[in-house]
Amino acid sequence: MTVRLPAAEYAKMLRCAERGLPNEVCGLIAGELCGELKIVHRVYPLSNLDESPSHFSIDPKEQLAAVRDMRAGGLTPLGNFHSHPNTPARPSPEDIRLARDPQASYLILSLSDPPALRAFHIEQARVTEEALEIL
Amino acid sequence: MVAPEESMKIIVGGKFKDYPEGLRLSALIRQENVETPEYVTVALNDDFVEAAAFDEIALKEGDSVEFLYFMGGGGE
Repeated sequence: MTVRLPAAEYAKMLRCAERGLPNEVCGLIAGELCGELKIVHRVYPLSNLDESPSHFSIDPKEQLAAVRDMRAGGLTPLGNFHSHPNTPARPSPEDIRLARDPQASYLILSLSDPPALRAFHIEQARVTEEALEIL
Repeated sequence: MVAPEESMKIIVGGKFKDYPEGLRLSALIRQENVETPEYVTVALNDDFVEAAAFDEIALKEGDSVEFLYFMGGGGE
Protein backbone atom coordinates (compact mmCIF):
# COMPACT_ATOMS: atom_id res chain seq x y z
CA MET A 1 0.00 0.00 0.00
CA THR A 2 1.14 3.52 -0.79
CA VAL A 3 -0.19 6.59 0.99
CA ARG A 4 -0.09 9.80 -1.03
CA LEU A 5 -0.38 12.96 1.04
CA PRO A 6 -0.61 16.46 -0.41
CA ALA A 7 2.13 18.76 0.89
CA ALA A 8 -0.50 21.22 2.12
CA GLU A 9 -2.17 18.54 4.25
CA TYR A 10 1.21 17.44 5.58
CA ALA A 11 1.91 21.06 6.51
CA LYS A 12 -1.45 21.17 8.32
CA MET A 13 -0.57 18.03 10.25
CA LEU A 14 2.85 19.41 11.16
CA ARG A 15 1.43 22.77 12.32
CA CYS A 16 -1.11 20.93 14.44
CA ALA A 17 1.62 18.80 16.02
CA GLU A 18 3.85 21.80 16.76
CA ARG A 19 1.00 23.80 18.27
CA GLY A 20 0.00 20.84 20.38
CA LEU A 21 3.37 20.53 22.08
CA PRO A 22 4.26 19.24 24.56
CA ASN A 23 1.37 16.82 24.05
CA GLU A 24 0.76 14.29 21.34
CA VAL A 25 -1.80 15.31 18.77
CA CYS A 26 -3.98 13.00 16.70
CA GLY A 27 -6.58 12.87 14.00
CA LEU A 28 -7.89 11.09 10.95
CA ILE A 29 -7.04 11.05 7.28
CA ALA A 30 -9.58 10.75 4.49
CA GLY A 31 -9.58 10.59 0.75
CA GLU A 32 -9.94 7.91 -1.86
CA LEU A 33 -8.79 4.34 -2.12
CA CYS A 34 -7.55 3.37 -5.59
CA GLY A 35 -6.40 -0.22 -5.41
CA GLU A 36 -3.11 -0.19 -3.54
CA LEU A 37 -2.99 3.60 -3.41
CA LYS A 38 -4.54 5.73 -0.69
CA ILE A 39 -4.85 9.31 -1.87
CA VAL A 40 -5.36 11.60 1.11
CA HIS A 41 -7.49 14.64 0.42
CA ARG A 42 -7.99 15.86 3.93
CA VAL A 43 -6.39 15.64 7.34
CA TYR A 44 -8.76 15.98 10.30
CA PRO A 45 -6.98 17.09 13.48
CA LEU A 46 -9.09 15.88 16.43
CA SER A 47 -8.84 16.25 20.18
CA ASN A 48 -6.51 14.04 22.16
CA LEU A 49 -8.60 13.10 25.17
CA ASP A 50 -5.46 12.07 27.06
CA GLU A 51 -3.84 15.53 26.75
CA SER A 52 -0.54 13.79 27.28
CA PRO A 53 2.98 14.02 25.83
CA SER A 54 3.12 10.22 25.64
CA HIS A 55 -0.42 8.98 24.99
CA PHE A 56 -3.36 9.71 22.76
CA SER A 57 -6.99 8.70 22.48
CA ILE A 58 -9.08 10.21 19.72
CA ASP A 59 -12.32 11.70 21.01
CA PRO A 60 -14.96 9.26 19.69
CA LYS A 61 -17.58 12.00 19.34
CA GLU A 62 -15.25 14.01 17.15
CA GLN A 63 -14.30 10.82 15.33
CA LEU A 64 -17.94 10.18 14.51
CA ALA A 65 -18.48 13.77 13.38
CA ALA A 66 -15.39 13.57 11.18
CA VAL A 67 -16.54 10.31 9.61
CA ARG A 68 -19.93 11.87 8.91
CA ASP A 69 -18.19 14.86 7.32
CA MET A 70 -16.06 12.54 5.19
CA ARG A 71 -19.12 10.72 3.93
CA ALA A 72 -20.91 13.98 3.17
CA GLY A 73 -17.90 15.07 1.14
CA GLY A 74 -17.58 11.78 -0.70
CA LEU A 75 -14.36 10.87 1.10
CA THR A 76 -13.36 7.50 2.46
CA PRO A 77 -11.81 7.09 5.92
CA LEU A 78 -8.23 5.97 5.28
CA GLY A 79 -6.63 5.89 8.70
CA ASN A 80 -5.29 8.08 11.42
CA PHE A 81 -2.23 10.01 12.50
CA HIS A 82 -0.61 10.96 15.75
CA SER A 83 2.55 12.71 16.78
CA HIS A 84 5.52 11.58 18.81
CA PRO A 85 6.90 14.78 20.33
CA ASN A 86 10.19 13.26 21.47
CA THR A 87 10.51 9.82 19.95
CA PRO A 88 11.05 8.39 16.47
CA ALA A 89 8.31 7.90 13.91
CA ARG A 90 7.71 4.25 14.60
CA PRO A 91 4.90 2.47 16.43
CA SER A 92 5.44 2.07 20.14
CA PRO A 93 4.35 -1.15 21.84
CA GLU A 94 1.23 0.69 22.97
CA ASP A 95 0.54 1.91 19.43
CA ILE A 96 0.76 -1.68 18.24
CA ARG A 97 -1.34 -3.08 21.06
CA LEU A 98 -4.11 -0.54 20.48
CA ALA A 99 -4.13 -0.69 16.68
CA ARG A 100 -7.50 -2.31 16.07
CA ASP A 101 -8.48 -1.33 12.56
CA PRO A 102 -6.81 -3.56 9.97
CA GLN A 103 -8.05 -1.34 7.14
CA ALA A 104 -6.41 1.79 8.52
CA SER A 105 -3.06 3.34 7.72
CA TYR A 106 -1.35 4.50 10.89
CA LEU A 107 0.69 7.64 10.28
CA ILE A 108 3.20 8.70 12.90
CA LEU A 109 4.78 12.13 12.86
CA SER A 110 7.93 12.51 14.89
CA LEU A 111 8.86 16.01 15.92
CA SER A 112 12.47 15.07 16.43
CA ASP A 113 14.83 17.26 14.45
CA PRO A 114 14.02 17.14 11.58
CA PRO A 115 10.34 16.08 11.69
CA ALA A 116 9.64 12.75 10.06
CA LEU A 117 6.38 11.17 8.96
CA ARG A 118 5.98 7.45 8.30
CA ALA A 119 2.99 5.24 7.54
CA PHE A 120 2.30 1.75 8.82
CA HIS A 121 -0.16 -1.09 8.47
CA ILE A 122 -0.72 -2.82 11.78
CA GLU A 123 -2.71 -6.03 12.01
CA GLN A 124 -2.66 -8.58 14.82
CA ALA A 125 0.46 -6.91 16.22
CA ARG A 126 2.32 -7.26 12.95
CA VAL A 127 3.72 -3.99 11.65
CA THR A 128 4.45 -3.32 7.99
CA GLU A 129 5.69 0.04 6.78
CA GLU A 130 3.72 1.55 3.93
CA ALA A 131 5.23 3.71 1.22
CA LEU A 132 4.50 7.38 1.80
CA GLU A 133 4.55 10.09 -0.86
CA ILE A 134 4.29 13.74 0.08
CA LEU A 135 3.53 15.68 -3.08
CA MET B 1 -48.64 -20.12 6.08
CA VAL B 2 -45.68 -18.17 7.30
CA ALA B 3 -45.75 -14.46 6.58
CA PRO B 4 -42.83 -13.24 4.49
CA GLU B 5 -40.18 -11.44 6.50
CA GLU B 6 -40.52 -7.69 6.19
CA SER B 7 -37.40 -5.87 5.20
CA MET B 8 -36.18 -2.43 6.13
CA LYS B 9 -33.63 -0.02 4.76
CA ILE B 10 -30.96 1.10 7.15
CA ILE B 11 -27.74 3.03 6.64
CA VAL B 12 -24.57 1.18 7.55
CA GLY B 13 -21.34 3.06 7.25
CA GLY B 14 -23.02 5.61 5.02
CA LYS B 15 -24.56 3.05 2.66
CA PHE B 16 -28.22 2.06 2.37
CA LYS B 17 -28.75 -1.63 2.98
CA ASP B 18 -31.72 -3.97 3.20
CA TYR B 19 -32.09 -6.11 6.28
CA PRO B 20 -34.97 -7.96 7.94
CA GLU B 21 -37.06 -5.69 10.09
CA GLY B 22 -36.18 -5.83 13.75
CA LEU B 23 -32.67 -7.17 13.18
CA ARG B 24 -30.68 -6.98 16.40
CA LEU B 25 -27.59 -4.83 16.48
CA SER B 26 -25.50 -7.84 17.47
CA ALA B 27 -26.75 -9.70 14.37
CA LEU B 28 -25.91 -6.74 12.17
CA ILE B 29 -22.35 -6.75 13.48
CA ARG B 30 -22.07 -10.42 12.52
CA GLN B 31 -23.70 -9.98 9.13
CA GLU B 32 -21.49 -7.03 8.27
CA ASN B 33 -18.42 -9.15 9.05
CA VAL B 34 -17.00 -6.40 11.22
CA GLU B 35 -13.35 -7.19 11.85
CA THR B 36 -12.25 -7.47 15.49
CA PRO B 37 -15.80 -6.56 16.64
CA GLU B 38 -14.75 -6.66 20.29
CA TYR B 39 -12.85 -3.43 19.67
CA VAL B 40 -15.57 -1.62 17.79
CA THR B 41 -17.64 1.22 19.13
CA VAL B 42 -21.10 1.42 17.63
CA ALA B 43 -22.98 4.64 17.01
CA LEU B 44 -26.69 4.34 16.33
CA ASN B 45 -28.23 7.53 14.99
CA ASP B 46 -25.29 9.48 16.43
CA ASP B 47 -25.62 7.96 19.91
CA PHE B 48 -22.98 5.58 21.20
CA VAL B 49 -24.33 2.20 22.29
CA GLU B 50 -22.94 0.17 25.16
CA ALA B 51 -21.77 -3.27 24.04
CA ALA B 52 -24.03 -4.87 26.66
CA ALA B 53 -27.05 -3.53 24.76
CA PHE B 54 -26.14 -4.94 21.33
CA ASP B 55 -28.38 -7.97 21.82
CA GLU B 56 -31.32 -5.90 23.01
CA ILE B 57 -31.50 -3.25 20.33
CA ALA B 58 -33.79 -4.01 17.41
CA LEU B 59 -33.03 -1.88 14.39
CA LYS B 60 -35.77 -0.08 12.54
CA GLU B 61 -36.31 1.53 9.16
CA GLY B 62 -34.03 4.49 8.54
CA ASP B 63 -31.60 3.78 11.37
CA SER B 64 -28.02 4.85 10.76
CA VAL B 65 -25.22 2.72 12.15
CA GLU B 66 -21.51 3.49 12.22
CA PHE B 67 -18.77 1.16 13.38
CA LEU B 68 -15.81 3.01 14.83
CA TYR B 69 -12.55 1.59 16.04
CA PHE B 70 -11.04 3.02 19.16
CA MET B 71 -7.97 4.93 18.10
CA GLY B 72 -5.29 5.50 20.64
CA GLY B 73 -1.72 4.74 21.54
CA GLY B 74 1.37 6.31 22.94
CA GLY B 75 4.97 7.18 22.39
CA GLU B 76 7.91 5.22 23.72
